[in-house]
Amino acid sequence: MANTHHIRVRLNGVEKEADVEARLLLIHFIRDVAGQTGTHLGCDTTSCGACTVLLDGQPIKSCTFFAVQADGREILTVEGLVNGGKLHPLQEGFHQEHGLQCGFCTPGMLMSSLALLERNPNPTEEEIRWGISGNLCRCTGYQNIVKAVQHAAAKMHEGVPA
Amino acid sequence: MNQPTSFEIGGMGHSVKRKEDGRFIQGKGNYVDDVHLPGMVFGQVVRSPYGHARIKSIRIDEAIKVPGALAVITGADLAAAGLAWMPTLFHDQQMVLATGKVLFQAQEVAFCVAEGQYAAADMAELVEVEYEELPVLVDPHKALDPGAPILREDRAEKSNHIFHWEVGDRAATQKEMQGSPVTAKVDAVFQRCHPAPLETCGCVADFNPVTSKLTIWLTSQAPHAHRTLFAIVGGIPEQNIRVISPDIGGGFGNKVPIYPGYVCAVVASLKLGRPVKWMETRSENLQSTGFARDYHMTAEIAAERDGTVKALRVKTLADHGAFNAAAQPSKFPAGLFSICTGSYDFPKAFCEVDGVYTNKAPGGIAYRCSFRVTEAAYLIERAMDVLAQQLKMDPAELRLKNFIPPDKFPYQSPLGWTYDSGDYPAAMNLALKMAGYEDLRKEQAEKRAKGELMGIGISSFTEVVGAGPGHTFDIAGIKMFDSCEIRIHPTGKAIARLGTKSQGQGHETTFPQIIAQELGIPQSDIVLEEGDTDTAPYGLGTYASRSTPVAGAATAMAARKIRDKARKIAAHLLEVSEEDLEWEPGKFFVKGVPSKAKTIQDIAFAAYTNLPAGMEPGLEAVNYYDPPNLTFPFGTYICVVDLDKGTGEIKVRRFIAVDDCGNIINPMIVEGQIHGGLTEGLAIALMQLISYDESGNVQGGNFMDYLVPTAVETPNWETGKTCTPSPHHPIGAKGVGESPNVGSPAAFVNAVVDALSHLGVTHIDMPITSWKVWQILQEKGIS
Repeated sequence: MANTHHIRVRLNGVEKEADVEARLLLIHFIRDVAGQTGTHLGCDTTSCGACTVLLDGQPIKSCTFFAVQADGREILTVEGLVNGGKLHPLQEGFHQEHGLQCGFCTPGMLMSSLALLERNPNPTEEEIRWGISGNLCRCTGYQNIVKAVQHAAAKMHEGVPA
Repeated sequence: MNQPTSFEIGGMGHSVKRKEDGRFIQGKGNYVDDVHLPGMVFGQVVRSPYGHARIKSIRIDEAIKVPGALAVITGADLAAAGLAWMPTLFHDQQMVLATGKVLFQAQEVAFCVAEGQYAAADMAELVEVEYEELPVLVDPHKALDPGAPILREDRAEKSNHIFHWEVGDRAATQKEMQGSPVTAKVDAVFQRCHPAPLETCGCVADFNPVTSKLTIWLTSQAPHAHRTLFAIVGGIPEQNIRVISPDIGGGFGNKVPIYPGYVCAVVASLKLGRPVKWMETRSENLQSTGFARDYHMTAEIAAERDGTVKALRVKTLADHGAFNAAAQPSKFPAGLFSICTGSYDFPKAFCEVDGVYTNKAPGGIAYRCSFRVTEAAYLIERAMDVLAQQLKMDPAELRLKNFIPPDKFPYQSPLGWTYDSGDYPAAMNLALKMAGYEDLRKEQAEKRAKGELMGIGISSFTEVVGAGPGHTFDIAGIKMFDSCEIRIHPTGKAIARLGTKSQGQGHETTFPQIIAQELGIPQSDIVLEEGDTDTAPYGLGTYASRSTPVAGAATAMAARKIRDKARKIAAHLLEVSEEDLEWEPGKFFVKGVPSKAKTIQDIAFAAYTNLPAGMEPGLEAVNYYDPPNLTFPFGTYICVVDLDKGTGEIKVRRFIAVDDCGNIINPMIVEGQIHGGLTEGLAIALMQLISYDESGNVQGGNFMDYLVPTAVETPNWETGKTCTPSPHHPIGAKGVGESPNVGSPAAFVNAVVDALSHLGVTHIDMPITSWKVWQILQEKGIS
């Protein structure tokens, strides 16, 4: 195929190499080339955030990002949150606080929340609401998502020595 | 009626954490777009750029040259197979792929299939369609004008008029109106909006030429009905069709109809003998699949000077777009809109609706709504406020004065409904108390004196959900029952299958709780499956808040059949007669001797190992439940807003929601549904609109133009509840998923109008944007 590029990324800690078309979107690389379908496509216009992943620790919307731009970089998706068989405190929080219903926005919501807590481990409610404002949810009305992030923030503090 | 169960059993009333969460929080859900089959190819729809145009020619020669191209299907190809048109769910037909002319922008014109998704998109770009533009009709009020273009050439009637429907007593209502000391009138548009679930619609159609079996993974809220329709329309033997509705990323009514893309994917799979995936983009979703509302309504109330209501008259123009693709019971052209007398004791009422065609996307479907109940609730709650304003009466007082009294249930409404139960003053009084209503009114008066704009909006809605009795309600002829099959395994664990399909409602958690309640088997020991037509019993699906009212009832009834058999087995094991046994959740014991007991697990094992002589082995049951009536959830919502005089910005300061959905299965899930529905109501009231310019170009076709609230605009919701069990439902439940969307738009609008009422504002059409408020403030000289 004409106009292909060889890229190599680290996806959830595992090296992944592929020849991709220049126009291949990162979301399609993650879902169709790497076969990790936890990241969802909701709007195609960077509006809904269902496709949010962390690129070198920063949240991006993978529906409007080319796979070739991720060459040589590190990608974290929802599939990379479980550590040593244990759920991430955010995953715990979403379950405990009923922060999800249909589950479609959840992976992106988790990744945006993770990015928020990494830059602000103790956010106020308003900061949480702004922190997830790039992610749309049609089911929950956000109130329990806010609680889920608060739940996780508290949990993550427990593990950190003062 | 519902005995309390332990936390371990987890029956009715326990906030059991959701079983479905585990896969969703780890990215292991299985939505349609996650289905990947060997040899799978991809479809892309070519869509019309025009709202109304004749197709002169379609050229596919360049498209088919794209590397990986497999086929282009056009309307002419489908016509040859008799599939160019398909029936809608409401006495109409719809083009699958356009033949002759297109009738709305984004209409399906051709279907490209390629080895890859990108190649299919390339093909779609290269299909050359030559159009001749025709006059466009976008304003439903002009649809019946003598000079209006006639849109539908396929119909015998050369008119854009679809139906006229009326109910109630026209003459008696007219008489009350004429002689009335007070009449209040409101013209209100419930604008065209779209359910916009976060997952768009799509399918994977897999026809196996060897077995002749067609498997369709489908974003479907009604997989069984869809299988039957595919069989009838496609001529495929029904046993050879398996519809699988896997995890669904929200539905809200959007996934009830059958869309042309599904049919094209099936046709392509039949043609190619390969699995074909078709997933919409967001723009395709918003521009072509089932819209909601577009009701242009007038309500008039006749009342005494003291506010006692005497009659209600409603006249409505319904814009259905190019095809009447409403998804609603076949005898109800305007759905259940005649619930429009709401919570109030109107002695007389009359309601009429006329439907028309325009050059817009077809519909309308019920967006988180039991078939036009949202339109009805909005209209009456708006009209009551207009009346209160006219009488200079407090809107809470006016409502309390006119509520159907609690002792009048079951209540026969003047438009033909038998309300099963209700206690409207209780919900209202709780909401007023939670809000601190009197203090809010004092604060409002003080603010007004200072020139600040604060509003309080009330909505005391009544819904009609859970369709429905099969003698009256059917979808495409199929009676609206639902079903549950329960099998108890020898070790006392169980699997249940239902005819419904969760799209986020948490059925995997809540329906096992009903079984836990009825049989005492811990809910954690019960697996629930839905959505596979090869395994689940037939049912009509999940929409119109019908899962709990209908399938929930079926679940309880199936469990009770099992309990009846379990009693016989327990009597055999305990060597007593059945009459000597008492039941408590989880076991039968001998009356007065609680230690002489057999648990449901003991009994389950005996059902396979030690049966009474002559009894059929096994422990399972199925129930197809046809409800005797609908259920009538209700509530009172109070919204408090502050308006910014400079910008027109609407700040929702507080929102109090008191719901009464009868007995509750899982309070956590009910509250979550209320939060979500209120947020959708907020979106409709303040943000959402799909409009068309005069050329028929759709204006709300993506998430940059069609707004969904973020966490920032969404307030914290304050919820409360009263409980009036449904007298006819086996577990006294009523359904709740749609109440907050049905009841809340009027509360938001009433609040904003209330903030401006002293300036003479009586009504503002939705969505009430800051821009609209700012314009009003300018007109009134406020800044």
